[in-house]
Amino acid sequence: MHRFANPAQFNRLADAILPWAIGAMVLLFAAGLYTAFFASPPDYQQGESVRVMYIHAPAAWMAMFIYMVMAVASFTALVWRHPLALLAGRATAPLGAMFTALALLTGMLWGKPMWGTYWVWDGRLTSVLILFFLYLGYMALWQSVEDEEKAGRAASILALVGVVNIPIIKFSVDWWSTLHQPASVIRLDGPTIDGSMLLPLLLMAAAYQAYFIVVFLWRMKLEINRRKLAVARQAMMHAPVGAE
Amino acid sequence: MFDRLDFSFQAGDFVCLTGKNGSGKSTFLRFLAGFIHPEQGELAYRRADDMFSEIVPDDFLLSGHQNGLKPGMTLRENADFFVRLMTGTPASSSILENATEIFSMAALLDEPVQYFSSGQRHRAALMRFALVDRQIWLMDEPTVGLDADNRAALASLITGHTARGGIVVAATHDPLGVPGVTLDMDAFQPAGLALEEAWL
Amino acid sequence: MSAGQQTSMVSVFTAIVRRDVRLAWSQGGGSLLALGFFLIAVSLFPFGVGPAPQVLARIAPGVIWVVALMAAVISIDRLFQADFEDGSLDDLMLAPLGTFGMVTAKVLAHWLSTTLPLAIMAPALGVLMNLPDGAYATLIASLLIGTPALSLIGSVGAALTVAVRRGGVLMLLLILPLYVPTLIFGVGAVDAAVSLTDPLPHLALLGATTLIAAVVGLFASTAALKLAME
Repeated sequence: MHRFANPAQFNRLADAILPWAIGAMVLLFAAGLYTAFFASPPDYQQGESVRVMYIHAPAAWMAMFIYMVMAVASFTALVWRHPLALLAGRATAPLGAMFTALALLTGMLWGKPMWGTYWVWDGRLTSVLILFFLYLGYMALWQSVEDEEKAGRAASILALVGVVNIPIIKFSVDWWSTLHQPASVIRLDGPTIDGSMLLPLLLMAAAYQAYFIVVFLWRMKLEINRRKLAVARQAMMHAPVGAE
Repeated sequence: MFDRLDFSFQAGDFVCLTGKNGSGKSTFLRFLAGFIHPEQGELAYRRADDMFSEIVPDDFLLSGHQNGLKPGMTLRENADFFVRLMTGTPASSSILENATEIFSMAALLDEPVQYFSSGQRHRAALMRFALVDRQIWLMDEPTVGLDADNRAALASLITGHTARGGIVVAATHDPLGVPGVTLDMDAFQPAGLALEEAWL
Repeated sequence: MSAGQQTSMVSVFTAIVRRDVRLAWSQGGGSLLALGFFLIAVSLFPFGVGPAPQVLARIAPGVIWVVALMAAVISIDRLFQADFEDGSLDDLMLAPLGTFGMVTAKVLAHWLSTTLPLAIMAPALGVLMNLPDGAYATLIASLLIGTPALSLIGSVGAALTVAVRRGGVLMLLLILPLYVPTLIFGVGAVDAAVSLTDPLPHLALLGATTLIAAVVGLFASTAALKLAME
């Protein structure tokens, strides 16, 4: 576990992965966007607006996935006191918030032609909105405690509380929305999804994953450098010459 | 925070922690009390029955920078709650009277703490050592703001405790004339930043 | 000396609960404030949506629950902070009861002193909001079952922000999303009673949410407090 605790080793690993990840990301985005917008048929019911789904659904998956990554990083940070795990949590949170926001925004754009309004308190949209709030809380807590080590561990506790609560929130919101919504709303996620639609969906999901890996590694390198700078500054303050 | 800190105290010791501001005297007391865990190494206690244990909060009393008193409650109520909190029994009136006598607080017993001066609050906080019977006393700057009479009272409180086999660890530059050992925290300051060097 | 001396944990626990309830109701305590907020905030709704009785009756369960939730939150942000500031949190954590027991005692005290009175006061606000007659028993039951979750989850926020200056707003941001299930099931129960259907399934889910909040909340608060006191 602590083999990767060495920041220099992590940086070397990141530098080795990054070119490949960037290449994969460019290819996947090109293929994904092409199939999503040109090489797939319009939906017989939703027409061209179904194409928003290729942006929207994978973004919502990423929003959940990144929260899980954050929770695992938080758990690692709290239990094994892994120094890089704290930074990993910090590096992932804004990415998760970004994908959550993207899912919300595209959900609204999709809702306009589908439901005739930008926002409905649909179970899925509502869950994603609350997930967005959880990300905001995590980032706000990181921001407000002065001691970085403590801030990170406090935020980690919050992330773990959040991960226990996500299924409960999801369940309660689904239950609530079926209680309050007329049954006529079209379920957007029929189990019968055509193969021609599945391909762009999976390509976009893979592209998002590659993007996540690239930006995550960049952000980790940034956090490590920031941390190095802080340690160097401290060392300068503690230098024996002219102490106190 | 500390580097190569290696020490042991035994029954009957009076230990003065000295060192510059920021050398970690308060931190060290909080470390002894179990609030802070060492990154490496351990803190062990050997009890009367020769058993080692990792941490024994039941054996500590700590008086920190703040006095831990509720301003809206009287001194008697504060003291009574403290005794209940630490022992689960109400404060007996003889113990309470004895504790107030030490720092001549008897007249203030039924006054709300909010009307106390800062010196009176400090003495009220020191009363805890006479209220509850614990072996290890941790004191952070116990002599601040004490006049000659109260310094003598504190000195005799400490002497009495160590004579009965207690341990007193006080972060202070003023040993009150009580014979004891001195632990200079400056000696444990890390040379450079050993713990963080992996980042450099 | 003290080694071997038996300490009654129950009386330490009761001592903490009694002290906190007392402090909550004395000068500078938060309970009266929370009750006042509950009363005034609910009374504002008729001014906002108009006095039509059927409109008020329709929104009554939601309004009462949302405002009760807010009142619980604004009173819990000082749960540990007041003791942190005057140093007594050190003593509480060094007491033989241990941090977990102490947190449990303080959360129970907050529930007894603040959220329980909110539940007791709720029927009076139901009258103001023209709540249908059949829904009062369910309103009280839902608040009794659901409000412990508010104190329990709130204590996590209070513990995480104990050392943060102006931690109150931050705490709201952290814990309000976590209150969503409690709110949904609580209002669901009262709504069911209003529409003359069975509120029991809602109450059962509400109870389950509270139980989970008890486990998660107490452990997380204990961990967060220990972290803050390092």
